[in-house]
Amino acid sequence: MTCIRLSSLMPGEYGYILSLPCDRFRRKRLMDLGLTEGTCVKCVHVSPLGDPVAYRIRGCVIALRRSEAGSIKVRIKK
Amino acid sequence: MRNLTIALAGNPNVGKSTVFNALTGMKQHTGNWAGKTVSSARGRFRVSDADIELVDVPGCYSLTARSAEEEVARDYICFGDRDAVVIVCDATCLERNLVLVLQTLEVTGKAAVCVNLVDEAKKRGISVNCELLSKLLGVPVTAANARRKEGLSQLSATMVTVCESENKPKHIDYGCALESAVSAVIPDIRAVCPSVDARWLALRLFDSDRSMLDSIADSLGIGSADMNTLRSRACEALSRMELCSDSAVDAADIISAKLACEAERICSLCVAGTQESDLRDRRIDSVVTGKWFAFPIMFLLVALVFWLTIEGANYPSELLASLFSRLGAYLSSLLADCPAWLRGILIDGVYSVTTRVVSVMLPPMAIFFPLFTLLEDFGYLPRIAFNLDRCFKKCSACGKQALTMCMGLGCNAVGVTGCRIIDSPRERIIATVTNSFIPCNGRFPTLIAIITMFFAAQSSLLSALTLAGLIMLSVAVTLAVSKLLSKTLLKGQPSSFTLELPPYRMPQIGRTIVRSVFDRTLFVLGRALITAAPAGLIIWLLANITVGQTTVLSAITCALDPFASFFGLDGVILTAFILGLPANEIVLPIIIMAYGASGTLVDFESLSSLRELLCANGWTEVTAVCVMLFSLMHWPCATTLITIKKETGSFFWTVFSAIVPAVIGLILCFFVKTAASVF
Repeated sequence: MTCIRLSSLMPGEYGYILSLPCDRFRRKRLMDLGLTEGTCVKCVHVSPLGDPVAYRIRGCVIALRRSEAGSIKVRIKK
Repeated sequence: MRNLTIALAGNPNVGKSTVFNALTGMKQHTGNWAGKTVSSARGRFRVSDADIELVDVPGCYSLTARSAEEEVARDYICFGDRDAVVIVCDATCLERNLVLVLQTLEVTGKAAVCVNLVDEAKKRGISVNCELLSKLLGVPVTAANARRKEGLSQLSATMVTVCESENKPKHIDYGCALESAVSAVIPDIRAVCPSVDARWLALRLFDSDRSMLDSIADSLGIGSADMNTLRSRACEALSRMELCSDSAVDAADIISAKLACEAERICSLCVAGTQESDLRDRRIDSVVTGKWFAFPIMFLLVALVFWLTIEGANYPSELLASLFSRLGAYLSSLLADCPAWLRGILIDGVYSVTTRVVSVMLPPMAIFFPLFTLLEDFGYLPRIAFNLDRCFKKCSACGKQALTMCMGLGCNAVGVTGCRIIDSPRERIIATVTNSFIPCNGRFPTLIAIITMFFAAQSSLLSALTLAGLIMLSVAVTLAVSKLLSKTLLKGQPSSFTLELPPYRMPQIGRTIVRSVFDRTLFVLGRALITAAPAGLIIWLLANITVGQTTVLSAITCALDPFASFFGLDGVILTAFILGLPANEIVLPIIIMAYGASGTLVDFESLSSLRELLCANGWTEVTAVCVMLFSLMHWPCATTLITIKKETGSFFWTVFSAIVPAVIGLILCFFVKTAASVF
């Protein structure tokens, strides 16, 4: 088990949410999209310019900017 | 006969508008992307003995609103004048949809769930057990395929029954710490406001979502003093349980997490199927958002749409023009006995401008709108936003601005309204102000005509590429102005950005074409015609009333001439753009008429004869370029300006969005003209 930033996931890799950003507003926004502790998140696409990145979250594909994804920590199997 | 009002709520892009249209027979615009519906629409239909008014609420992920359009949804679901709420869910990702369902069930027990898109789910090997879901949620659940109109009679029958059901909001257990805090606050709430569900209000106080609490105070008539007391009581109760907002875990987190958990639990019981069921979508995405192909595909798709528009519009345009000119000659002969001035007003003024608007505008619009709608229904637009977001981020703007720009291609007023999907107010104003840089459907035909006349007479492919290039220029200017604004007047950091990439859906080609021609094309054309007729009248009067030696028109154009020629235009062109304020569609017809009125009348059945007329009036390639640039960048039409005023609520931003494009347009024209005279 290793703890990394969500933004470090490469396409095809997945992880489980450990913690969300501290900023209350942003945290709520992400929670609304189904990102809560323990949720499985898979990185599916990277935008042609490298940012944003699309993740599969609870059956939906949602794009997040790298800065946003960088504030989310996930746990991955090593 | 009973009158019932029912709110149709749900996550974005689950097909609420499709359900709405199928039930009411109305034609609310639909499309495959989150945020299509930004304001509520109402429609009526009848079931057995009830007259139901259905309210199509904008989509929202949860009842904790983040943007203007979500606030509309939240306020209507919580406090609207509805008898019941129907929550539409997407069967392919039910789990996330259930969060809103659970939140709504906490507000009211008079609710039903409609699981839509079950056919799409089935194709992906996902099946939903609606009976079990209904048992677990405690409200009726119906399955539906709104696109094929399946399951709708059951849904409408359910709507009637839920209105009669008992209003018993759902209780979700939030764990003992939070529950004891809830019990502690309930007596205080009952004392202040006995009418509200005390448990629900207690939870909202713990959420401490400012805009929600303001809305609650407004709609329940709780005074600010009472509200503050309640808030501090809630805070005390929480701190006793060590759940204060400054502690590591706050109450709002527990509530959100618990809702997500509950949704997950229910889903694990009711939904069978694989998670990785979207291989086809991922394959398409790996091409259209891939590193190498994304931008070439974007450019080629835009060029293809234009090429089909230009190629397809050519012949019908000429046919219409020659029909109208013959009809005009016939009408003129009918009016032979009338006084010349009356014939002039009716035929040379009103009739010729109006028919020219139809012949120049109708064919390209009737082709462009459906093509664009097909792309929209397929689900391509969010991918454009996904591909371009980095550019917008660099300009401290929001990637969803790309979506509003796409809407602007159809109509800038629609694009401006669409800016509601952008969460941050600062980024929303940037998107609103810059929207008119994207040429709308009313300006395309003008651009197409000029390109065809002056630059690409032989090949419609070349015209299409030129036009696509012009769009790239508008996008570049939009980005530059956005950047400039966020460095000056609208300083700020890019805010958070989340964008849903919906599954690709095969558009219903036949219906899309019919609907977009009848609903959108004819609507836009109708609006143009309403302004074309009076504009024709005014132009004719200006061209025929003489003051001293010259006509009023030539007096005006002569007065504007020195100013206009400084920017590579002439007085007539500038006058046309000024008179074209109500609708951009009438600019080119006004130019033609003004030249025609002051010189010998030519019959304009084809673009080549039009070119002769323009050249006879001093047009060169440079003039053509300047007119195109000015057409891309001048003041937005009156409808757009009114919409901007409505959306921003600010006179300043309205005037600002008229001046900025005009100034930039004039500067660019000046550069082109100066550069041309140097070489």
